[in-house]
Amino acid sequence: MMHIKPILAALRRHKAGTILIAMQIALTLAIVCNALFIISQRLERVHRPTGLVEGDLMAIQSRFVGVDEAKAGPLIKADLAALRQLPGVQDAIAINSYPLRGGGWSTGVRTDVDAKDSKGHTTQYFADEHTLPTMGLRLVEGRNFRSDEIIEADPQGVPDPAVVIVSKALADQMYPDGHALSKPIYIGDTKKPATIIGIVERLGVPWNASWSDKFYENSLIQPVQMTGAATNYLIRAKPGQLADVLKAAPAMLIKTNRMRVISSERGVRSFAQVREEAYKGDRGMALLMGVVCLVLLAITAAGIVGLTSFWVGQRRKQIGVRRALGATKGDILNYFLTENLLIGVAGVVIGALLAIGMNLWLVTQFEMARLSLTYVLAGVIALLLLGQGAVLAPAMRASRVSPVEATRSV
Amino acid sequence: MFAYYLQLGLRSLRKNPLLTLLMVLAIGCGVAASMTTYSVFRATSNNPIPQKSSQLYVPQIDNWGPDVGPDAKGEPPNAMTYTDAVNLMRDKRAKRQTALYPTQMSIVPTDASMLPFRETSYGWYADAFGMFDVPFLYGHAWSASEDDAHAAVAVIGKALNDKLFNGRNSVGQNVNLNGRDYRIVGVADRWNPEPVFYDVINTNGFDDPIQVFIPFTRAVELQTPTNGNNNCSHDPGKGWDSWIHSECVWVGFWVELPTRSEADAYHQYLNGYSAEQQRSGRFRWAPNTRLRNVTEWLEYQKVVPQEAKVSLLVSLGFLLICLVNTVGLLLAKFMRRSSEIGVRRALGATRKEIYIQFLIEAAAIGLAGGVLGLLLTGIGVMGVSLVFEPDIAKLATLDVSLVLLTMLVAILATVLAAFYPTWRAAQVQPAWQLKSN
Repeated sequence: MMHIKPILAALRRHKAGTILIAMQIALTLAIVCNALFIISQRLERVHRPTGLVEGDLMAIQSRFVGVDEAKAGPLIKADLAALRQLPGVQDAIAINSYPLRGGGWSTGVRTDVDAKDSKGHTTQYFADEHTLPTMGLRLVEGRNFRSDEIIEADPQGVPDPAVVIVSKALADQMYPDGHALSKPIYIGDTKKPATIIGIVERLGVPWNASWSDKFYENSLIQPVQMTGAATNYLIRAKPGQLADVLKAAPAMLIKTNRMRVISSERGVRSFAQVREEAYKGDRGMALLMGVVCLVLLAITAAGIVGLTSFWVGQRRKQIGVRRALGATKGDILNYFLTENLLIGVAGVVIGALLAIGMNLWLVTQFEMARLSLTYVLAGVIALLLLGQGAVLAPAMRASRVSPVEATRSV
Repeated sequence: MFAYYLQLGLRSLRKNPLLTLLMVLAIGCGVAASMTTYSVFRATSNNPIPQKSSQLYVPQIDNWGPDVGPDAKGEPPNAMTYTDAVNLMRDKRAKRQTALYPTQMSIVPTDASMLPFRETSYGWYADAFGMFDVPFLYGHAWSASEDDAHAAVAVIGKALNDKLFNGRNSVGQNVNLNGRDYRIVGVADRWNPEPVFYDVINTNGFDDPIQVFIPFTRAVELQTPTNGNNNCSHDPGKGWDSWIHSECVWVGFWVELPTRSEADAYHQYLNGYSAEQQRSGRFRWAPNTRLRNVTEWLEYQKVVPQEAKVSLLVSLGFLLICLVNTVGLLLAKFMRRSSEIGVRRALGATRKEIYIQFLIEAAAIGLAGGVLGLLLTGIGVMGVSLVFEPDIAKLATLDVSLVLLTMLVAILATVLAAFYPTWRAAQVQPAWQLKSN
């Protein structure tokens, strides 16, 4: 390091350039910090597990035409029988919704029959005893449904079940002491308890919006086979046979009953597609922010190179004088590096404040999370390094100015 | 002289190519980023029915009371109960009014080789066609008396008419919906307001155009379930009848009120109606109603996706940085030519001349940046489908107005950025420059 005084004196000679570089560094820091933070938040969501074993799994959305809501029961039964005996299919269920699908049922739940307010919020899945093997859920306590416990019901009037299976997250919220098994749970505003007979390790809700993140893993499986005209089939293929089943299953359904609609767009999807479509927005946002960050850093670096080169060009004569008076190449290099570091430090200090301010504003406007200071620190270091890297080439050029320059007029 | 300066400007682009390239790149990237995100923002914040957006209103009635709902914040539910919708239709206090809901309808083609298929379908009242300015290709809307008679009539959309009747006039023919025949009374021409203001609740503002319209009364009589949301504060009980008479909200409602005074009168009527419900014991709280027009409703329902807003903000920040960068580079570029400026000033050029010359030069750089920005915006708009839902992505297009805006922003921004460097250039002392060099 060298004496800072003369550098400050020189900086006063070109205030405008100094302020511009500092401003650029400050603004870049503010935006890059927030953008990186948004990226990490989004990617965290994209990699959230659903609790399902997603490989070899697929979904079909079907709707019977011209059938009363309450009368589709036998048709669904026939569909399931046809699907389950299809070669390549390991198991299948008809269910009202599934994780990442987007639409579904949710309700408040209580553990105390007289409580006026719900103790927690959960999604409701309605399907038979094949749910656990089809979804690939891991039972951590208790047992699965027995086939004699499954009831048929019209979606307009689902009776309160006697037994339910819950996700561990919901069990722990209802009974924080960890003993939820065999305990009662009251669904909605019913007075009739359902007994928790099984707890699965993890099962996500159908939604992935910010409002549902509060209860993302609270799920309830009810032993009810719905008889509505619209239903979703979840099908687990035998290992490696998913591609065949994706074609064979819808064909089989059409063969079983033509009077149905399977939408061409979202009707038949592998679970990989379901996941991709559900997180499209998050992934895209992360990509967009990533591109913005990279271009931004490149432009800032380019700006520093451009301005510093200009300064070096302007001061060739002075540099020559200093070299003639005995300054080494290293001294000159050091001078420019230090000068740039001073500007950079001023920039990052302002930038850090801006970054935090910007994040606070985003928090109030868009319900975003609070920026962790690690990001600000990482951004500060990254930008200082970027600045020093950018100034290196012009500074090297400055150090190569020969002492003879002092005697020349430009 | 202008042409000469422009020539000078374009020629000087080649003078220190690296600095110029940096600037053009910065402006191009900055403009492209902001224009791409702006195109999405523009699509989502579009006014779908500008000629009537201040005359169409959504009434809201609080039938749940103050302490129900996850984050109610004192706002009434955003849909209506069947009970309230029918009462408001019966009272007919607005110029026109309609209840509506998305029905689950499948079309069964007469051609046995075709499989049944689904189209977006709604049950609503005859008034709705006039309220929403739905254009007709053939025939017309059904009548109010057909609403009252729960008639089996339908209006179909152009796309469906093309599919089923090859675009012929199908008025008087039948269409089979959910296994029942409906007589076609009209074929609507392409009608696709975006965002879908009439049913924000169930579509989030973006959906395929409606292809099947049937009377609301008929849809309810046939117990056609809603294809949209249904929110209940309490268990409605079993069966269709208990559901439609419950406090579950699932019906959309619109009224047309051409003048401010009519809107005020209608709001008073809503409060009166709520007070009446309170007296009869159905509501155990003071009247709590809202009446929002199209613009207010879209704003309240947050139709513009958060992604669109955040990315627009980030891109504007990006553009700002690119401009700060350009100010610095232009300063370097102009000050390098101090001696040239000195000579020109010594030969009698006024400060104003210097100003004009350098601003035109900046505009030339802006023009180059704009051309690059246009290319990048084109790529960006194509890339939008990676970030946003396809429904929204297809709205973001590179049209003439966006092209012009891109160029305008690029040139204006660069000229704006050039003001300080130009001022500095104009301050150059001619004598000083001549002496020292």
